[in-house]
Amino acid sequence: MAAAAEFRTCPLTGLKLHRGAEALIKANAVTAIVVLAVGGLFGLLVALTRWPAVKLLPADMFYLALTAHGIDILIVWCIFFEVALMYFASSTLLGSRLATPKLGWVGYGLMVLGAAVTNWKVLEGNSSVMMTSYVPMQADPLFYLGLILFAVGALIACFIFLGTLVIAKEEKTYQGSIPLVTFGALVACIIAVYTIASGAIILIPTFLWSIGLISHIDPLMYKIIWWGMGHSSQQINVAAHIAVWYAIAAIVFGAKPLSEKVSRTAFLLYVFFLQIASAHHLLVEPGLSSSYKIFNTSYGMYLAVLGSMIHGLTVPGCIEAAQRAKGFNNGLFEWLRKAPWGNPVFSGMFLSLVLFGFLGGISGVTMGVEQINIMIHNTIYVPGHFHGTVAVGTTLAFMAITYFLVPVLFGRELIMPGLAKIQPYLFGLGMGGASLFMMGAGTLGVSRRHWDLAFSDAPHAFEYPAAAYLLLGLNGISAIIATIGGIAFVVVIVGSVLFGKPVVAPKVAPPAAPAITQHGNAAAMSVPGTFTLAMIFLVCFVLYYFVNWKYLASTWGMS
Amino acid sequence: MSISPPSQKIWWREPIEKAEIVWVALALVWCLIMFAMMPLWHLKGSQNMSNEAYRISPEAFQEKVEAMVSKYKVGTTGKADTPVVHPPPGSDVYLMARLWDWYPVLELEKDKSYRVHISSLDWQHGFSLQPANINLQVHPGIDMVVTLTPTTTGEFGIVCNEFCGIGHHSMLGKLRVVGK
Repeated sequence: MAAAAEFRTCPLTGLKLHRGAEALIKANAVTAIVVLAVGGLFGLLVALTRWPAVKLLPADMFYLALTAHGIDILIVWCIFFEVALMYFASSTLLGSRLATPKLGWVGYGLMVLGAAVTNWKVLEGNSSVMMTSYVPMQADPLFYLGLILFAVGALIACFIFLGTLVIAKEEKTYQGSIPLVTFGALVACIIAVYTIASGAIILIPTFLWSIGLISHIDPLMYKIIWWGMGHSSQQINVAAHIAVWYAIAAIVFGAKPLSEKVSRTAFLLYVFFLQIASAHHLLVEPGLSSSYKIFNTSYGMYLAVLGSMIHGLTVPGCIEAAQRAKGFNNGLFEWLRKAPWGNPVFSGMFLSLVLFGFLGGISGVTMGVEQINIMIHNTIYVPGHFHGTVAVGTTLAFMAITYFLVPVLFGRELIMPGLAKIQPYLFGLGMGGASLFMMGAGTLGVSRRHWDLAFSDAPHAFEYPAAAYLLLGLNGISAIIATIGGIAFVVVIVGSVLFGKPVVAPKVAPPAAPAITQHGNAAAMSVPGTFTLAMIFLVCFVLYYFVNWKYLASTWGMS
Repeated sequence: MSISPPSQKIWWREPIEKAEIVWVALALVWCLIMFAMMPLWHLKGSQNMSNEAYRISPEAFQEKVEAMVSKYKVGTTGKADTPVVHPPPGSDVYLMARLWDWYPVLELEKDKSYRVHISSLDWQHGFSLQPANINLQVHPGIDMVVTLTPTTTGEFGIVCNEFCGIGHHSMLGKLRVVGK
């Protein structure tokens, strides 16, 4: 049996922390934040180069920075942080020891090594192939090998998470079913295993091709399988950051899910449908049938979208219910007005929820329509969309929970609370703006991954509308605001870890809200405010969706 | 709480909140409407992918392009003296992508349909017709056939919007639509 010394109890939250897990959570989270800082700065360079009046980098450096930004943020940052979250959601939330911490360090080492090797090759300048590395364009063999090593490390982490669930069950560290947040992490883990398998299936042959052992990789086949990794890895993010939303609702408000059944079913829909949608990137590809495209791009029949729309109601809904139980009962929105908007854990989470839904969610479903994608494919609308998911959705949610994790894991109070207070707003505003302005420019047809808006070296002349120049300028300004927010985050977190005052006793009583033990009343509507917000969302969604069909109908005939 | 096991062990028997039931129903209806829109547009709409495509070697495709150019060439344009071709309406026309240009310049007639074949000789490229804003992916080894019916006249840019190496941003073609 595990010795008592293997565990300590967090004085702030009462959580039981396994020391083996704790060290791994710290290492993975800190590495994630270092990568976020590096990858984020590459992003700033990209945005400043696309700002026509600034055009910071020369072409080769621009494509290099863009490759590094994509890989470091979309893959490395997110997955390192998700590994930390998986260990937290299994070992810490279940009060269990972590399965094979030693192997956890092997996985961590492989991930660090893989990420370093791939970055080294990109920075060397001979692997500016973008994150997608579409064949027959070829990168240095070590570029692919680094990604493979990283994936193996991440796979080890997934199995340690699953192993920990087994141990916790076996050793009866909890009663009944696993918590909703752990269930969300399990969904993320299942999607991650699928993601990594797709990555292995395509990157291993591509690596062999790059060293000359395989003569040919079919470009279309490459894309279909690669996106089984590329798109699904973003679905790990979705499942993980929604688990974080629920976690923060519980941490800050003591919120209980409106009903376990509905929230868990919504997560289950992700397992069945969310990970199939690699066709989002293949809608205007030759050689694939429309029935395949329609089924795949709609996640079955938009059933994963249904899952997300459910979470979009149940997460704020459980907060509303908890707030109303505490007496914030006036009108539709007193519960929201009186929420702790100065607490970055809450404000980051709520901004993430709203911006992810309105910017990332609506645009993603609309552009994923087979025919509408004709107007969107490879325009800068696409990065506009995924900055609305990965930047203001996932990254902001992960930042928010980091403000909670630092005192718990490192036993340090946050330094510069004033800066921490405004940080989520800076980052959310900046990245939200960048997302909107890129989508705007994309609607005008501006290409993504393109160094020269003016086509100065081209054999012909062509000019985008003047508004495109303005929008890319606004995008640059937004990126600067977001970068200030990103730097503020790193300063507060790293500063707190190094110099924060030790946490002694709970300053405020630990979220004294074991508040609600039961709700669920089919007769009366107990969350009218949330329902109103959800209806506003639905109206925006429907309008935006049909406006795009109207735009499509106005272009040339195609059949 | 969401971070602890469900307070009721038999949580799947708990009643569901009314707001949830109504919202799930509404969202499901909306999802099904969206799902119906895509097949519906294939039946009723005029902007659809044909998904007609053939395997072809880059050499064979290039031959077809050159045959069309020698038959229908009406002039040249641009810094590289790219040939301009005016093929008859309704015919098969060819557009070739390679590092880093589009070849040749097609001159089409408004409101006439053309079977446009697009393929790449080397890497992947992106066909982005601006400002009509029609974007298609171009593969090496695949002859993609799209029936295009221009509804506006003028000079159009063909931007390459799939990253194809260091000359990517100078890969710009032209397409003309003339009234008849």
